[in-house]
Amino acid sequence: MSGVPGATPFARSVWLILRKDLTVEVRSREIAYTTLFFAASCVLIFAFALVREGRAPEGGAAGILWIAVLFAGTLALGRAFERERQSETLRALLLSPMPRPAIYLGKLLGIVALLAGTELVLVPLVVLLFSARLFAHPFWLLGIVITATVGIAAVGTLFAAMLVRARSRDVLLPVLLYPVVVPVIIAGVQGTAALLQPVFEPALVRFWLLLLVTFDIVFVVLALWTFEAVMSD
Amino acid sequence: MSPPPASRADAFDFPFVAVSDVSRAFGRRRALSRVSLRVDQGQILGILGPNGAGKSTLLAILATLLRPTSGDVRYGTLTATDGAALRARIGVLGHDLFLYPELTARENLEFFASAHGLPHPPEAARTALTRAALDERADDPVSAFSRGMRQRVALERALIHRPRLVLLDEPFTGLDDASAAALLARLRALRDDGAIVIVATHDLDLADGLLDHALFLRDGRVAASMARPEGLRSTYQNVMTRALGSAT
Repeated sequence: MSGVPGATPFARSVWLILRKDLTVEVRSREIAYTTLFFAASCVLIFAFALVREGRAPEGGAAGILWIAVLFAGTLALGRAFERERQSETLRALLLSPMPRPAIYLGKLLGIVALLAGTELVLVPLVVLLFSARLFAHPFWLLGIVITATVGIAAVGTLFAAMLVRARSRDVLLPVLLYPVVVPVIIAGVQGTAALLQPVFEPALVRFWLLLLVTFDIVFVVLALWTFEAVMSD
Repeated sequence: MSPPPASRADAFDFPFVAVSDVSRAFGRRRALSRVSLRVDQGQILGILGPNGAGKSTLLAILATLLRPTSGDVRYGTLTATDGAALRARIGVLGHDLFLYPELTARENLEFFASAHGLPHPPEAARTALTRAALDERADDPVSAFSRGMRQRVALERALIHRPRLVLLDEPFTGLDDASAAALLARLRALRDDGAIVIVATHDLDLADGLLDHALFLRDGRVAASMARPEGLRSTYQNVMTRALGSAT
């Protein structure tokens, strides 16, 4: 239940936004196709540039995976909010009695779902092109991928919503987003690289994973806290 | 059977909207300057003025989307700080239609009915589609609709939760004669039902005879305010000429 009288319950609002975003995406497939094409192109170009005689530089696969996810995520974030801007539907959401943090969380989960779909193709592509043994430790990989994706999307969703009325939003989004998510990318790259070491060290992977979980908690809590103020006026 | 309409008579209901000395600046530009008005339930107020007069800014403030730089807005005993409880009683039809083009008319209406916490969104959407005379096209995406059809869906979207305060920005845009007449009838029905209706429009001929009160804005200031204005076009021209004369 929402604690605010007259407000639509929080969990229901999150589900409504998520379901609506996914329905719109299933109809248009615009974000899925563009992010997937962009991310796959990115990985392919790096593979041609860096892989020599079937061997990639150490840690290369991890770095390229997260660069591709970050760039694809920026594309997805921009487009997801551009949709809400075109028919001013973001205004309609803000005018509804749905709790505004629930709107944020619904949009965040939608972005995470879209990026997860891209990663389903991207990770096997990196494994294939870089001969990276990422699937040797699937549960650790899943943990790193999910937490790093949430970290990128948590900050990105807040910034994309903030910039929705800015004229140069396409330029400003990466300018604002990348410096803030550098810790997430570093942790994601290091955690993924740790999975590729000849001698697997669970303690090292756990460290990076915990760091990512911490970033996620901090970013999501801060975003939930500030979203109402950011979107007012 | 249609679901019971959401009751307006609860702790968060309000019988009037009062704007007192509201000003709003965007940087150095003053969009509104010391505007005051009051509208009671069962009344239609028209906000009239040329482009850039501040009509949309005033509507955005009334919709709680913008905060006034100074002055205050009261919704009975409520203010914008009452947040969701207040927003649940406001319906807005903007110049942009606030509809998802990829979704069908039914999906759009069900989504907004759910967003407003209505108990039976599919029923509410069905009733709204019948009112919009769009039952036959209910499952077509909104992107396939004409401007007039989209406007009808958007109107039902704005009214689906039976708001006390209805704010309409240029609601006659893109409507043919029959749709405009239907909209006028709907606005009168809302008034009879006790809603507070505020319409910003350029369509003086259509608004003639509809308004209980008219507020004439020019350059963000109230140029005139009158009850039951007659001959709206000539009144508008006289008021604006006078306002222009006093400004120069």
